[in-house]
Amino acid sequence: MPPVSSIAIAVMALALAGGIDVAAHLPRPAALGLPVGLVSAAAAGLVVNAVLLARLSDFAWHVFWRVAGWAGLAYVVIAGMIEYVMVYDGTRGALLGVMTALIVVFAVDIPVLLGFSVARYQEPSPAQSPGA
Amino acid sequence: MADTIAAPAPPSAPPGAGHAPAERVVPAVVPVRGLPLVAIVIVGLVVSIAGNWHWAIDWYHVVGGGLWTGVDLFVGLILGPILGRLSPAARAEFSARFMPKMVLLMPTLVTMTLASGWQLARQLGNLGLPYPQHWWITASMIVVAVMAVIALGLLEPANLAVLFEMRKPVPDVALIQKLMRRFIYTAGITGLMQIATLVIMTRIATW
Repeated sequence: MPPVSSIAIAVMALALAGGIDVAAHLPRPAALGLPVGLVSAAAAGLVVNAVLLARLSDFAWHVFWRVAGWAGLAYVVIAGMIEYVMVYDGTRGALLGVMTALIVVFAVDIPVLLGFSVARYQEPSPAQSPGA
Repeated sequence: MADTIAAPAPPSAPPGAGHAPAERVVPAVVPVRGLPLVAIVIVGLVVSIAGNWHWAIDWYHVVGGGLWTGVDLFVGLILGPILGRLSPAARAEFSARFMPKMVLLMPTLVTMTLASGWQLARQLGNLGLPYPQHWWITASMIVVAVMAVIALGLLEPANLAVLFEMRKPVPDVALIQKLMRRFIYTAGITGLMQIATLVIMTRIATW
């Protein structure tokens, strides 16, 4: 199996590091260079994972989508709560954009990680295609 | 929550021979009956934050954090060693009944603690403290981030993979044991890291 889990864990760590860097500068506005770099690296990791997953043929896609779908639903709620708290607290402009990007990366990464972690041990789908 | 099915007879057993097949617990991945309770907790959290209710926000943070810490320490340091000494059958039955509850309980406790904790820090002015005091806040975030990486990257995937494996007609016992070991160890590590959180939180609450 390709290192999807390891990359997903690295993506998660990068996204969290970006959030911590912004929070560590409060109440002063953080310089956005480092968070933007971290979210860009995390997004690149997501793309690499998408490519690795798309190349898998002998894989339990039905289980992957089932787990990732439900986890995605849960993380939409969690990400929505975090976004709501930031807007409620008055975060605006470029900072809100960077934080939203970090949250989106986080909310996509975890369902992929959970879906892959379960599906890798299951019987491959009969259709054997990522969209199955 | 969990169904029981007759375990398939071993391949070597002659037809009709031996005892009645043993019943095996087939876990539900998500205990659906617990979802309304989770919804009530989350809606209450959102309402408390929206209303800026200090008492409710404090309640969510203290109760969520206390239970999160307690469950992590209990699973990692008390249940883990006991589980390791159980027979594979007993361990499998325990896991089938225990793991689905953890799928709902832990994310709910984590969400309660972190969302209310952020709001509490904002209300109390802790986010606006200058350095070096701010280092305590930054340190708490770093500890939580490391715990999140361990919990979401290792613990929760192991939890789900065990549940799906146990639903197979013939589960891979070696795989379940390997994943359960990972689950218990990571719960223990996050439990120990919770002690660092407790040190930081009690320091922030008393300065």
